Amino acid sequence: MRARLHDIAHARTGDKGDTSTLSVFPYRDEHYPDLVRELTSEAVRRHLSTHIRGEVIRYELPNVCALQFVCRRSLDGGVTTSLALDTHGKSLSSRLLSLEIDLP
Amino acid sequence: MSTHNGRTAMRIGCGAGFAGDRIPPAVDLLERGDLGVLVLECLAERTIALGQRRRLQDPGHGYDPRLRARLSALLPAAARRGVPILSNMGAANPRAAGVAARTLADELGLNDLRVAVVTGDDVLDRIDLQAPALEDGRPLAEHGPIISANAYLGADALIPALAAGADVVLTGRVADPSLFLAPLAYGLGWDLEDWPRTAAGTLVGHLLECAGQITGGYFADPGHKDVPDLADLGFPYADVGADGTATIGKPPGTGGIVSRATVREQLLYEVTDPTAYVTPDVVLDLSGVTVEEARPDTVLVRGAVGRPRPGTLKVSVGYHAGHRAEAEISYAGPNARRRAELAGEIVTARLAPTGLRLRADVTGTEECRLRVAALTSSPERADDVCFEVEALYTNGPAGGGGVRTNVTDVIGIVSTLLPRDAVTPRTEILETAHARETA
Repeated sequence: MRARLHDIAHARTGDKGDTSTLSVFPYRDEHYPDLVRELTSEAVRRHLSTHIRGEVIRYELPNVCALQFVCRRSLDGGVTTSLALDTHGKSLSSRLLSLEIDLP
Repeated sequence: MSTHNGRTAMRIGCGAGFAGDRIPPAVDLLERGDLGVLVLECLAERTIALGQRRRLQDPGHGYDPRLRARLSALLPAAARRGVPILSNMGAANPRAAGVAARTLADELGLNDLRVAVVTGDDVLDRIDLQAPALEDGRPLAEHGPIISANAYLGADALIPALAAGADVVLTGRVADPSLFLAPLAYGLGWDLEDWPRTAAGTLVGHLLECAGQITGGYFADPGHKDVPDLADLGFPYADVGADGTATIGKPPGTGGIVSRATVREQLLYEVTDPTAYVTPDVVLDLSGVTVEEARPDTVLVRGAVGRPRPGTLKVSVGYHAGHRAEAEISYAGPNARRRAELAGEIVTARLAPTGLRLRADVTGTEECRLRVAALTSSPERADDVCFEVEALYTNGPAGGGGVRTNVTDVIGIVSTLLPRDAVTPRTEILETAHARETA
């Protein structure tokens, strides 16, 4: 079945220079394997392709059931000189939550 | 904090997570939080370059403009309760900040309060401007006229001030977690090269440094992640044991929530490599950290692993990046988006001869707002952008209203590295009516 990420997970954005960090956590730990399977670096990059212009590296943190996406070249050259309205890209994690994934 | 060593636990609070943070929750935390020490983290990357510009205009300025408001609210309770305060509100001019704090303390009748100033982060006189920026490999000086260069000092820079019995410690650029690690290490008698403990203290600093972001701020999503009484958001503290195990909490009765979810979100906030979070004090590995809800609003964190600190210090270099123009106009009702987009096309065409790199975005649905932005080295070109958006009133699509324009000076930030021994932190104690150099 299809599920919107927003219904099973929460997320937070951080920023460092031109890099955006997206942290994703399932509300229920049993959904963590589904996130690991479905929420690949490529899926994130594709979903946010209008924002992310560099590579996306995924870290798995099973101890806290988290996925960390480190997205290079995602903040219009960097927070300090960006021309975007949301210079920090704070809204990126919320945009990510509109992604639909397959659940068993 | 006055009893050095022998402690088995210490409570450390965070009363500000950025320069614009709220003050009442910090006062409440100090009054009811039974703290051992309070940290105010107020210095973003660009803030120090902005401060440097103010300092160039007036040598008595360049520190956090809200320092007086923040300390006026906190010093009386801090003095009464014997809670030391550490803060990076010194920004580009820690000594002037110290003098301002000293003056304020004397006005409040707190003549015995010991104000310490830690300097040494300003390294503008010793960086190689031809060195490549870490971000893009281009020489630092190529980015624009350089304004400031500040090394990220570590916890070791703050220990002499604490050892001198300072009640208020003001610094400029210090790595955010180091502001927390220093009083923990000093209070709990840790050696800063005891990597497991330095890692644990750094983790506490990382979790607390954004204040309300771990107690339910930057978190609420109604119907999905509800936060009780967010309007009265409380600020956090950590009870840190001698072994570095930490319990995160907030004062009883405040709004917000401390949960596994809020702590997990902050654990990874701004972390670009969870196995190697580099500070001046340690290379922190977060991959083994566990987060457990012990009771409501009480979360246990442990499992930080540390590797030896790096031999270099990161230096944040501020430069003039030009002038940013931003101009907006609204359209509403049927076909609003198409009219807003047309307005953007018109402005883009009219400004084409200037060669400016423009960005035009339309937001909204029922009411649409066009925003045009440009970054230019010329203040006149920046004004041209604002002019053309305002001109849409009578020279653009139907029903355009609510024009707002502004031009801001932009400070860019790039980074480089300096060997640790090229940076010499200094501590000065400012006593009533005279100053004494101690280290």
